[in-house]
Amino acid sequence: MISVISLRRSDTAPADDGVPPAGMTARDLLDEAVAGLFARPGRTLLTVLGTVIGLGALVATLGLSLTASNRIVGRFDELSATQITITVNPAESGPAREVPWDAPERLGRLNGVVAAGNLSEIDVGDALVSASPINDPQRRTEFKLGVVAASPELFTAVRARLRTGRLLDDGLSARAEPVVVLGPNAATQLGIGRVDHLPTISIGEERFTVIGILDGVERRFDLLSAVIVTEGTARSLYQVRSPTSVIVDTELGAAPLLAQQSPLALDPTDPAGFQIASPEQPQRVREAVRGDLDVLFLMLGGVSLLVGAIGIANVTLVSVMERVGEIGLRRALGATRRHIAMQFLLESAAMGVLGGILGASGGLLVVVGVSLHQTWTPVVHPAVPLLAPLVGGIIGLLAGLYPALRAARLEPVEALRAGT
Amino acid sequence: MGAELIVLDGVTRRYGAASPVVALRGANLRVCSGEWLAIVGPSGSGKSTLLNIIGCLDRPDGGTYHFDGIDVAALSDRQRAGLRSRRLGFVFQAFHLLAHRTVAENVMLAEVYGLRPRAGRRERALAALAAMGLGDRADYLPTRLSGGERQRVAIARSLVNEPALLLCDEPTGNLDSQTTATILEILGDLHDRGLTIVTITHEPEVAARAQRRVRIVDGELRGAA
Repeated sequence: MISVISLRRSDTAPADDGVPPAGMTARDLLDEAVAGLFARPGRTLLTVLGTVIGLGALVATLGLSLTASNRIVGRFDELSATQITITVNPAESGPAREVPWDAPERLGRLNGVVAAGNLSEIDVGDALVSASPINDPQRRTEFKLGVVAASPELFTAVRARLRTGRLLDDGLSARAEPVVVLGPNAATQLGIGRVDHLPTISIGEERFTVIGILDGVERRFDLLSAVIVTEGTARSLYQVRSPTSVIVDTELGAAPLLAQQSPLALDPTDPAGFQIASPEQPQRVREAVRGDLDVLFLMLGGVSLLVGAIGIANVTLVSVMERVGEIGLRRALGATRRHIAMQFLLESAAMGVLGGILGASGGLLVVVGVSLHQTWTPVVHPAVPLLAPLVGGIIGLLAGLYPALRAARLEPVEALRAGT
Repeated sequence: MGAELIVLDGVTRRYGAASPVVALRGANLRVCSGEWLAIVGPSGSGKSTLLNIIGCLDRPDGGTYHFDGIDVAALSDRQRAGLRSRRLGFVFQAFHLLAHRTVAENVMLAEVYGLRPRAGRRERALAALAAMGLGDRADYLPTRLSGGERQRVAIARSLVNEPALLLCDEPTGNLDSQTTATILEILGDLHDRGLTIVTITHEPEVAARAQRRVRIVDGELRGAA
């Protein structure tokens, strides 16, 4: 092998004289990057912490907002799908129509009705409600409270829970007994917490015995601050001619059909005289509140992502400085600058992917944990946890650009002489 | 004496653009196949520049360098890298073993950039280690080895690709005299089996083992053929 061939650089641009170029398979590149990552597992984990927190916050925020909105919609659907409210149609002219007193009985015969109850609003004029017979100048004892009459079935229809005492029944109504049931807010205002000592209240000049206090209702929240009397009392004392509305609790899915059947059941000759209503939708207001929170958390997530990216860039740079000897060695073993840059890029990208996986897992755990605590159904868009590692990888890639270029620019022999 | 493996003709290398420092001026050097040459010189004399150029890590500014008949200056970066991975073996003063990889993995690293198949890579590494008497250390981490053992791992790594030239940069600089003797023994053995070796050193004891010595002072080679 005597040197006879002498290709000058000017002769042929890419010297093709049988010298095969260096190369590296993708598999080897991946192996080297992963090995670099796991050389110091503790440091790698600390490095990706920022990315983990950032992506975790994003996944948790997106998951929780979807879960919460699903909850609101779901709850609203369940309640609204099982409720109809029947009132007299005010648009209808002609002879004054009335909701019959026996509406609960008539509607109770229909299939799908869980409970139907009359609610009658009573106009008590300027009469105030008071629990104390003594007029105390130091303290306000008289309050303007709503007074309504309820048929016994109404409490079932609004899904009322009783805190103490008993509810109104048919017997009390038939005898028009002077008894009342208080909504929880009304009871608090009047200072009544117990009924075993038979407390009395007065509405204007009339005196009533409190026999029960509600704990809560699921519909008709006006009942919470109301004084509820019997229908008999409403008729005899306040000359109420007919109930204001009928609240019907239906079985799931029965409401649309019952909305058609109920007017006929109430008055077969003139069903058009009634109006069927469902409660107002509370959805939009809540969504606006939720949107504000989302923006805050997404911004927090974004900031931690930025911090995470800086963390990765910083540690990768330190790692390049520490591994000067290794870089020199790799160059001597046949690595080109490009190989070195690719290895460090891949290492930082892998850190980002790792952060994305850990962050997505943490975020999902948060969503599931909060849902468990609130007894919600966790809902997460399937793309969110899958995109997190991708986003992490891109962040890692960007963070690794500068360190990788620094590594590629190192002069091999100086790197080798620099030490281990 | 075999054919000429290394031919340097008037190789010059300057650093810096405005007021360049000449690290190597008009170096002429011929190393034949199977020869053992020692390059001796104080620090700052241009030894590392020469190593850079002979090791195909850098290109000369002037003059020509032929390695095994190939004009290195005319090669692309990737081709020079290919040359390093397939035809050159490096041994360094600081060993440069990766601390977190096992001895066998360190040796296997030599094949990564030459596109050699993964199949049989570990077997070839184990064979190279066995030849250095380190067959039982394959799964150790380098941190558990003595300095001499580490340098033997490095030599095993440099030989896996069966290079045409072994380039040793102060191979015994970090070793005590007894271990130095062992390493020199190994190098002598390799030389006896026909491997071309170029050793860069400032230790007379190491230089004495080579067949031929050249001195480099202030970027000029003296006593070179």
